Amino acid sequence: MKISYREALRQALREALSTDPRVFLMGEDVGRYGGSYAVSKGLLDEFGPERIRDTPLSELGFVGAGVGAALGGMRPIVEVMTVNFSLLALDPIVNTAAALRHMSGGKFSVPLVVRMATGAGRQLAAQHSHSLENWYAHIPGIRVLAPATVADARGMLVQALADPDPVVMFEHAQLYNLEDELPDDWQCDITHAAVRRPGTQLTLISYGGSLPKAMQAASELASEGIDAEVIDLRVLRPLDSDTLTASVCKTHRAVIVDEGWKTCSLAAEIMARLMENCFYELDAPVARVCSEEVPIPYAKHLEDAALPQVAKIIAAVRGMLNV
Amino acid sequence: MFEFKLPSLGADMDEGTLLQWKVKPGEVVHKGQVVAVVDTSKAAIDIEIWQDGTVRELLAEPGDKLPVGAALATLMAPGETAPPAAPPAATRRQRISPAARQKAQALKLDISTLSGSGADGAVTLADIERAAASAGAPTPATPQPTAPTADRQLETRRAIAAAMSRSNREIPHYYLLETVPMARAQQWLEQENAARPITERLLMAVLQLKAVALALKKYPEFNGVYQDGQFKPAAAIHLGVAISLRQGGLIAPALHDVAAKPLAPLMQELADLVRRCRAGSLRSSEMSDACVTVTNLGDRGVEAVMGVIYPPQVALVGFGSVARRPWVDAEGRLGALPTVIASLAADHRVSDGHRGALFLAELRELLQEPEAL
Repeated sequence: MKISYREALRQALREALSTDPRVFLMGEDVGRYGGSYAVSKGLLDEFGPERIRDTPLSELGFVGAGVGAALGGMRPIVEVMTVNFSLLALDPIVNTAAALRHMSGGKFSVPLVVRMATGAGRQLAAQHSHSLENWYAHIPGIRVLAPATVADARGMLVQALADPDPVVMFEHAQLYNLEDELPDDWQCDITHAAVRRPGTQLTLISYGGSLPKAMQAASELASEGIDAEVIDLRVLRPLDSDTLTASVCKTHRAVIVDEGWKTCSLAAEIMARLMENCFYELDAPVARVCSEEVPIPYAKHLEDAALPQVAKIIAAVRGMLNV
Repeated sequence: MFEFKLPSLGADMDEGTLLQWKVKPGEVVHKGQVVAVVDTSKAAIDIEIWQDGTVRELLAEPGDKLPVGAALATLMAPGETAPPAAPPAATRRQRISPAARQKAQALKLDISTLSGSGADGAVTLADIERAAASAGAPTPATPQPTAPTADRQLETRRAIAAAMSRSNREIPHYYLLETVPMARAQQWLEQENAARPITERLLMAVLQLKAVALALKKYPEFNGVYQDGQFKPAAAIHLGVAISLRQGGLIAPALHDVAAKPLAPLMQELADLVRRCRAGSLRSSEMSDACVTVTNLGDRGVEAVMGVIYPPQVALVGFGSVARRPWVDAEGRLGALPTVIASLAADHRVSDGHRGALFLAELRELLQEPEAL
């Protein structure tokens, strides 16, 4: 049966709330409003205000409360409206949650899950549209996930809650309406990248909201006779270098598609790893399709122009193959 | 702009085959840098350039057979700018992907002959695979300085024949012999070598070369060339060392500035010269700037050698074997003492026997004070 990415997340939340009494969800508008992207719609009626908690407009406060609850033995799921707002909560995530296991010599861990929307494409302007996943992927002590498929949306939360350390999960705002068949086996691991489409001539490396664009580019390239492999990173920290290396050693070429800006980006980190691991296998410089280095614009045509698009990916591939 | 021409690497060379370029258009070269490998009738020689500049255009391709003096390339002098016609692409390093480079190395393909199909003309894996597939046909680009063939032996012989015929035809030789007591030199050498690790031990040949060089310093009329009807003395003492080739024939590359160098570095340079001579990587300066040749047939056991001068040089010094011979020493006592017969073959147009005798006497005296060499 086809379900939406949003629905897959809701199923995952419902299952978690049903099976583990320590789990609760909190965040701005997650209760009466049903979540700013309607992921938690109906859950308040089902589980009550003790477990579906609306919070004040204070990311620093409620994410910090989540850290405390996790330390106190609960399994909180904290929803932050967008990654832009999560910067207000960087301190409890980066300085507290991520560091406590290390600083306590292993005596304390913080089993916290922070969900947040990321990315652009919905004409919400700069303060609601940035892709700052790399800020979190920089931090040792947290795991960073980016489900890009309905199956991963369904499967990742289970694993995230089972992780004794903090997990930050990025849901691209443009993916919520994505509909796809939920496979019977939607269980997933949160350690490996996934090969979404096998290919031989080059590797498109992507994740989250850029994955559907990479997949579409690959299928258009296939009609031109160019056989691209598509890799979904899924786990932004720790990065699965082995899968990337194996693919690039096979195809000898890589294009990274990342909605973050190029400068100091995840794409930059991946490039660096490819240099370290497969320099002598490369048959062309690794290329990147990233967002333009501007705050994401409000106007639709400008927003479209600022973001990685299928046409840009195809152009990058053609440039690389000199066709 | 100036031309880089195929140099003459000795009297026995009138043409050469370009084997390999060591530079590319756009490359800055410095005086003394090896820029090409040329096959002469005797050996593959690394050709140096004698002027600083920037390579503009390569006029000859590997495989071309060219007469001495033929222009091989054009260069721009330092400070000179390229004429507008020069294609800008030519000044760029060849683009090749790391994977393609690795594959080319594995397949032993010469990447400089490939053109790239990748972005900006980069050579890609696909180009290498195409080139490898079509490599069934012999590529003229990479003739190796290889094992001697019957042809090479024949050519070497012909080249020696031409040079020596010319020598005997043109040069009025006179010959002098001098028996040189070697007891002191031998004793000193034994002591000296006892204190040295095996790899740094000196050969008697090095003492002899140094003695020849010092004697030449005193008698410069034997150090130079006879050209255009007159003797031209050489500024430095570069000794040609006759080295026999494995495939037969011999070659006499130069050991540079012998008079100015201590024995230990000379020994190293001699060993290096012999090794490179037999490996086929001599440099053009070594082939062209020797001014006197020394031939040492001592280890072949002959008493004395009276050689044929290598034109346009004007003298040749020969040494036979160091052997115990009946000898009357300074006190008039007869004994069996080590001696060597040194010979001088000299050009009568330039010098006379009297000066030659003084030269050999000087050589003899120098070898009596080995510690001063």
